[in-house]
Amino acid sequence: MVFWKRMFGEEKKQEQEKEKEQGFFQKLVQGLEKTKQGFVDKVDGIMTGRKVDEELFEELEEALIQADCGLPTAIFLVDQLRERARSERITESEELKSVLVEEITALLERNAAPLKTPEEKPYVIMVVGVNGAGKTTTIGKLAYRFKQEKAKVLLAAGDTFRAGAIEQLTVWANRIGVELVSHAAGSDPAAVAYDAVNAAKARGSDVLVLDTAGRLQTKVNLMNELAKVHRVVQRELGRDLDEILLVVDATTGQNALSQAKMFQEAVPLSGIALTKLDGTAKGGIVLALANELNLAVKLVGVGEQYEDLQDFDASAFAKALFGQSRENA
Amino acid sequence: MAFQNLSSRLQETMRKLRGKGRLSEKDVDGILREIRLALLEADVNYKVVKDFIAHVKERATGHEVLSSLTPGQQVVRIVNEELTQLMGGSQAKLNLSSKPPSVVMMVGLQGAGKTTTGGKLARMLKAQGHRPLLVACDIYRPAAIKQLQVLGEQIEIPVFSMGEQNPVDIAKAAYAHAQRHNNDVVLIDTAGRLHVDAELMEELVQIKEAVDPADILLVVDAMTGQDAVNVAQSFNEQLELGGVVLTKLDGDARGGAALSVKAVTGKPIKYVGISEKMDGLEPFHPDRMASRILGMGDMLTLIEKAVSAVDEEKAEKIAAKLREAEFTLEDFQDQLSQMKSMGPIDQLIGMIPGMNARQLQGLEVDDSHLKKIEAIIQSMTPEERRRPEIIGGSRRKRIAQGSGTRVQDVNRLLKQFSQTKQMLKQLSGSQGSPRGRRKKGMFSLFQ
Repeated sequence: MVFWKRMFGEEKKQEQEKEKEQGFFQKLVQGLEKTKQGFVDKVDGIMTGRKVDEELFEELEEALIQADCGLPTAIFLVDQLRERARSERITESEELKSVLVEEITALLERNAAPLKTPEEKPYVIMVVGVNGAGKTTTIGKLAYRFKQEKAKVLLAAGDTFRAGAIEQLTVWANRIGVELVSHAAGSDPAAVAYDAVNAAKARGSDVLVLDTAGRLQTKVNLMNELAKVHRVVQRELGRDLDEILLVVDATTGQNALSQAKMFQEAVPLSGIALTKLDGTAKGGIVLALANELNLAVKLVGVGEQYEDLQDFDASAFAKALFGQSRENA
Repeated sequence: MAFQNLSSRLQETMRKLRGKGRLSEKDVDGILREIRLALLEADVNYKVVKDFIAHVKERATGHEVLSSLTPGQQVVRIVNEELTQLMGGSQAKLNLSSKPPSVVMMVGLQGAGKTTTGGKLARMLKAQGHRPLLVACDIYRPAAIKQLQVLGEQIEIPVFSMGEQNPVDIAKAAYAHAQRHNNDVVLIDTAGRLHVDAELMEELVQIKEAVDPADILLVVDAMTGQDAVNVAQSFNEQLELGGVVLTKLDGDARGGAALSVKAVTGKPIKYVGISEKMDGLEPFHPDRMASRILGMGDMLTLIEKAVSAVDEEKAEKIAAKLREAEFTLEDFQDQLSQMKSMGPIDQLIGMIPGMNARQLQGLEVDDSHLKKIEAIIQSMTPEERRRPEIIGGSRRKRIAQGSGTRVQDVNRLLKQFSQTKQMLKQLSGSQGSPRGRRKKGMFSLFQ
């Protein structure tokens, strides 16, 4: 089991970790740099060379809302800052900025957790989410990552509904060079899952990644279907799945909260994969998700390349979000 | 149901005002604060909200409101008017050129729903007598071309593709192909791209220059957050959009993006996507949407749907029976099948005035319950449907077996049916006004 050792063993650690963190940071910074009207500049503008007063707090709240933090979370953060500014007698805006980064890091770390450490073969990941969130692409990137770790990967084409979805995953599987289980379009996704689990066992796969069709969280019938697929996998596996990731598009607004809540009701989510973070300087929805729900952001997609799927790093994210990159990058 | 939460918020605020004789300026500020919060929670862009509130405030604190006898209603009216205006006044149609073929480009971010919308639009145009051609210009996403081909097959519309060649060349060749094959509308499906990706945005500009489209539609996900304004602005600046399509409105996204996009680009929202199926594209009605936000219900759409699905003669008979409280299970069965042909129940209920989000919570309508009810009724004899009171124990058992349900299900249906009838009787006045606890009646069957 070379894969387990490589992926989770002791030998990698330190320098690799550092390298990775650097990579994550750079990618994020690049992503965030892409837009000029970004959050970064806005907060920089607000927080530069000013006295700390009520006006500044209001502008900050505005900036947070515009970054999709949502009202409750924006108010929570600003209240937090107000309190600390008062008790720590902070009067300069620059000083307040580092406090804000601290607070955001703390908020994000409340829920931070890496992908679960595998205990048993196959390591099973199910990927769920609304239409167009980026599930299939995320699976492609995940598969690439596991493949790099020398794992024997099996993908399951569980989106039997959307036209071309099976073909899309097939292309990914071929490009990366991993195996795929698929049925005809329109067939029962639970049957695909059943076959996939048994194939993974029979072939001795290290990792099984299950794709599912995109569905809006309000569609009761489709959510029931998802719960059924999950039950089938659980039954065939004889245990819980290792990860059930909700894929959320970073440009999504407050609806992401509803998505997380309602998918959680259908299947036990283990974390969130935040996609398309490169297109927006926002992604503030991550803060709302961390503040209002107990869900860990585990992965972030920061670009279109295979390797652009990274482990989520709360402090790097907070720093990149707030333009501390300028000095370091 | 989009806008659901926004409309319940506004309804609540408005309720506080009802019956108030005169409004102080402070009252108005209080209302506007609520509206502001509701709009922000709905993902309407911050700046758009600011302008909107300022505008409403100006009018609401003016002479017309404060001196009015029903100031609460005046504010509702103003908010409604302003919302309608913000979303685009009256309904806008797809631009087609006078000299066919007309080219229509679909553009937007990844995962917004461009390809699906392209298919839906082609199907709609075909139903209107056009001869559309779909063009696969997304050469980047794996199997995007295949997706369009499969859709084309489903809806029987030709798809033009040239593999993974330069999209500009594909678009040009498609135009020539359309001319030769007498296609009057060319729908170009482009690859999803970030509005900040200069290289890919340039590609769109080149396609535009090559084929001179009559309309360019920006496809926007209704769930988009604050960034919707930047996306729309950026696409509009570089391409001069003709309009917007708002997708995934069948979820519970509050859809603030609709307000934002219209406000920053000035371009009309032309269509909305309301289902995953190929017939799930509808024209956008700003006035109706504004009414819906304010909790006045979307009666017009409901009526339109009913007219196209309901047999008028039958409907009149049923109405008469309802008045006479002679409504039988047979009539109910007819109603069910007509209702089903109008579309998913949850969408219909959302259009009924006075049905706000709070009331709808817990009323998760699952069409499969309807199937159960239908099966039970179908397993009855005509005599039993007309006179349900004759259904005794052994008949119940038989019906349950025949419909694959349990005796309890049959009992439940019969009980609720008789309660409904009782209610109808009371409503029609034969036994005075209804008293005591209100029964939930037939609606609870769908839960």
